[in-house]
Amino acid sequence: MPSVRIPTPLRKLTADKDEVNVNASDISVLIEELENQYPGIKARLCDESGEVRRFINLYVNNEDIRFLDGKETVLKDEDIVSIIPAIAGGF
Amino acid sequence: MSFVKGLKCKECGEEYPKEALHVCEICFGPLEAVYNYEEIKTTLSREVIEDRDHNIWRYKELLPIDEEPTVGLKVGHTPLIRARNLGKALGLSEIYVKNDGVCFPTLSFKDRVVSVALSKAKEFGYDTVACASTGNLANSVAALSRAGNLKNYIFIPNDLEQAKIVGTTVYGANLIGIKGAYDDVNRLCSEVAGKYGWAFVNINMRPYYAEGSKSLAFEVMEQLGWRSPKHMVVPMASGSLLTKVWKAIKEFEKIGLVEKTGTKIYGAQAKGCSPITTALKNKWEIFKPVKPDTIAKSLAIGTPADGFYAMQIMNESGGWGEDVTDQEIIDGIKLLAETEGIFTETAGGVTIAVTKKLVEQGVLPKDESIVVAITGNGLKTQEAITNDVSQPHIIDANLEEFEELYERLNNENQGGSEDAISAHSNTA
Repeated sequence: MPSVRIPTPLRKLTADKDEVNVNASDISVLIEELENQYPGIKARLCDESGEVRRFINLYVNNEDIRFLDGKETVLKDEDIVSIIPAIAGGF
Repeated sequence: MSFVKGLKCKECGEEYPKEALHVCEICFGPLEAVYNYEEIKTTLSREVIEDRDHNIWRYKELLPIDEEPTVGLKVGHTPLIRARNLGKALGLSEIYVKNDGVCFPTLSFKDRVVSVALSKAKEFGYDTVACASTGNLANSVAALSRAGNLKNYIFIPNDLEQAKIVGTTVYGANLIGIKGAYDDVNRLCSEVAGKYGWAFVNINMRPYYAEGSKSLAFEVMEQLGWRSPKHMVVPMASGSLLTKVWKAIKEFEKIGLVEKTGTKIYGAQAKGCSPITTALKNKWEIFKPVKPDTIAKSLAIGTPADGFYAMQIMNESGGWGEDVTDQEIIDGIKLLAETEGIFTETAGGVTIAVTKKLVEQGVLPKDESIVVAITGNGLKTQEAITNDVSQPHIIDANLEEFEELYERLNNENQGGSEDAISAHSNTA
């Protein structure tokens, strides 16, 4: 099943695990499954309307899901999902 | 004595202590340093500032350090130039160039932010610093970490300009070139930062680092004779500099160091990487990330973390944003060089070209004070314009040959000097 890399600010919810495995067919399902396993995580990832928060970037195998199919991006067993807060180094 | 109260989430307002944190644990919003302005007001005056050395630390009460600075003590105080020739070329009565292309020690405004970040990293007790960079930040972290006796790890996209690579490795840096764009470097660095206990200047040190940018605007206001400009044009990659220029102006107003003039802020991007100006023009709430394709590599950030705030400020201040093509960027670099004798890097070409475009659109008025932020030095991005500047005239060491050449150049110059300024790209 796909594995998810957990960023530091969320590790309190995952008992300090930096990588977890989640059975999910796409990103939407993945978020729901994460919530089942680690209650409270969805509210951190998504805003009140259920959309992924403005300052969170999700990547599947290092590709931003906004370049793929967004929350409908299909996941395969060996996929790696990264949750990364938006940061910047440029101007 | 410190005037920083702590860190606060820009999104949800959650407060945090002064630690190496960069995102809100609740909503992932960016954290920002919060100051006690009432106390600063009783300490800081024009006279106090004027009595201090000419570097960024003359505004130290408004920078997020708790102790005296330890890194980059001579950084800042770059020239603000009344650009009369550029003004004539663009039909403007009062335009100034803030030239951070000569910032000490690595010729870009990044020396400001890195000095603050590394001084803070030392306060926190770190011995290793790191960054994800489009080049200028790499140069600055490499140089200032050496001077500050800190170990470094520097991550860049592997296709950077040669001068930015040499300008990093010369200091003996651990430079890691990532096969990918800046956004890939940044993503990797987020993961590296989560694993290694380093001070990542643009990640866990970001709330402190970014504040250093304010010093550019503090200097502009002081150099204008303690007033803020009516208009300011700022390049945007992540949008961070623009938000800090705005914050700096608001702070000087709040403390009473300048009168409120209602400065309008304009953001400049390269067309090949313009997620912020595109969202601004289309009135989008969210950004469409882009895969950058522009010669302005220092601005090539496709997922702008501060873009949302930058857009808010452009709107709220009554300013605007524009983007320009690679050819316009090259023309902008040459226009500044040929009018003011200032050689800026591609990001500066973006700022100049956007200024020109906004004047032509009637967005920037011709008779009010305008400051353009030139953030880096052209010697670092020479590849971008090598094919667009004239080559030397090669002759034998022979007086007749020179006289012949002189005659020819003189004729050419007489024919072309009048429109040398307006047709600035016509040098081939």
